[in-house]
Amino acid sequence: MTPRVVFPNKILPYLLVAPQLAITLVFFYWPAGQAFYQSMLRQDPFGLRTKFVWFANFRKVLADPAYLNSIKVTVVFSLATAIVAMCVALLLAVMAEKVVRGKGLYRTLLIWPYAVAPAIAGMLWLFLFNPSIGSLAYMLRSFGIAWDPLLNGTHAMILLVSAAAWKQISYNFLFFVAGLQAVPKALIEAAAMDGAGETKRFWTIVFPLLAPTTFFLLVVNTVYALFDTFGIVHAVTGGGPGKTTETLVYKVYNDGFVNLILGDSAAQSVILMVIVISLTAIQFRYVERKVHYG
Amino acid sequence: MIGQSPLRTVIAHAVLILGILIVAFPIYYTFVASTQTLQTILRPPLPLLPGDQFWNNYTEALFGGVGRIGGVSVGRLLLNTTIMALGIAVGKIFISILSAYAIVFFRFPLRMTFFWLIFITLMLPVEVRILPTYKVMVDLGMIDTYAGLIIPLIASATATLLFRQFFMTIPGELVEAARVDGAGPWRFFFDILLPLSRTNIAALFVILFIYGWTQYLWPLLVTNSSNMNTIVIALRKMVSFADADTQWHLVMVTAMLAIVPPILVVVLMQRWFVRGLVDSEK
Repeated sequence: MTPRVVFPNKILPYLLVAPQLAITLVFFYWPAGQAFYQSMLRQDPFGLRTKFVWFANFRKVLADPAYLNSIKVTVVFSLATAIVAMCVALLLAVMAEKVVRGKGLYRTLLIWPYAVAPAIAGMLWLFLFNPSIGSLAYMLRSFGIAWDPLLNGTHAMILLVSAAAWKQISYNFLFFVAGLQAVPKALIEAAAMDGAGETKRFWTIVFPLLAPTTFFLLVVNTVYALFDTFGIVHAVTGGGPGKTTETLVYKVYNDGFVNLILGDSAAQSVILMVIVISLTAIQFRYVERKVHYG
Repeated sequence: MIGQSPLRTVIAHAVLILGILIVAFPIYYTFVASTQTLQTILRPPLPLLPGDQFWNNYTEALFGGVGRIGGVSVGRLLLNTTIMALGIAVGKIFISILSAYAIVFFRFPLRMTFFWLIFITLMLPVEVRILPTYKVMVDLGMIDTYAGLIIPLIASATATLLFRQFFMTIPGELVEAARVDGAGPWRFFFDILLPLSRTNIAALFVILFIYGWTQYLWPLLVTNSSNMNTIVIALRKMVSFADADTQWHLVMVTAMLAIVPPILVVVLMQRWFVRGLVDSEK
């Protein structure tokens, strides 16, 4: 980096960073440190004595079948959400590239679910698919499907994935549209001259060139499904029926606030932190690559 | 430009319209349900066209005593949510533009340390430190306050990184010229930097407003009294799918009121929104 022209003040810069730094220290580093510390403590059931137990909580959590189940639930939920949301968005973006008339209108109509809170998205879908009053559930039943997300775990999962993916379509759509616009038209025209049909052009030229966008969205969608969907799970299923939709974040909340098992909850927080840090690291390696080739 | 057959154009339009139907249907149907009587809603299938109860339901939800939300008026809930969303948007922009300014335009000991301290918070979303952060809130007496709803959410690295990136594209000659003309750091900030950042600020504002409006976990934790609930949390409390006495028509009106403001912001400020979204994720 070339040396920048800067102001010579000595004290002012500290005052400028002070507000953000203060909030960061009080609400980020202090609690994160507490989580680490708590994760190595164990309290007796009456909260009278606290013992330092090193990594025993982690061993206990990782050996707990309920936690392993929740990992499985989270993986299924995140992957399904990311794949559904991205496939639908890619299809719509490709189609939007083809039309000339009405492009702006289509875009406007496709982006609004972004503004709907995940929890509300979940409630709207539950309203549609509620076994007793949901109109779409009524339709499913009239087709002979015994639909009941409140009792059937698979149905509950399908409902959660639909609501979560529905909300994320707009976001992916905008990024795919931006990605498609960056594909050089000359390449596509050259392929067309060589006689490649539309489908072939898409899979051999456009799709590989979209890879950075796709990969970036995969990471973002996974993070979204992991963390931002707490509202959907809490509002729609509450982890039920019978823990079939208990995701990792929901379990941290449930163990910490409802069941009050502090050590376990803190250990789970630390495990989540490790997951986020690895995902962020992956994301930044990708950004670096983009800088190199872009 | 490669010509394409009319059939393919028709297919493209058809797929897009189908997509819009899927995307818009839940919202449209909520609107339909919000204009029906409770009896109609309880007997599926619901008609596809709005009913005649629009006026009744909306006035009842807005002005009638909706006991289901713990005696709090919808107006109060909307006010809480607006304060929270605006507070987060303005607060985040304010503190991050200042810290980005310091990091880019000044040289001081510990500069990079501060930058990394801020940067690493990207990896610590609320969700992974729920319990300890809650404890800090209790210790500071910030439960059930607007400050408690807003302040812990305004420190985030994304906005700072975005401003930093933008500030680094500002040519050094501009700073030099300002200094030669005798402008101090504050003068430079207000007269040159702020006007240049207008687009970025607008774009970021839209994104952060939506972010604040749609928060769920945090308001759930730090509000105990119904008076301080946001509309999203209150809506969750109104709904109980198990028992029959949920006032569905009023729930649907409340849902409409909760989703229309952010949708309006996104649609009306679409240009900034798209820009902010694509920029802030780099």
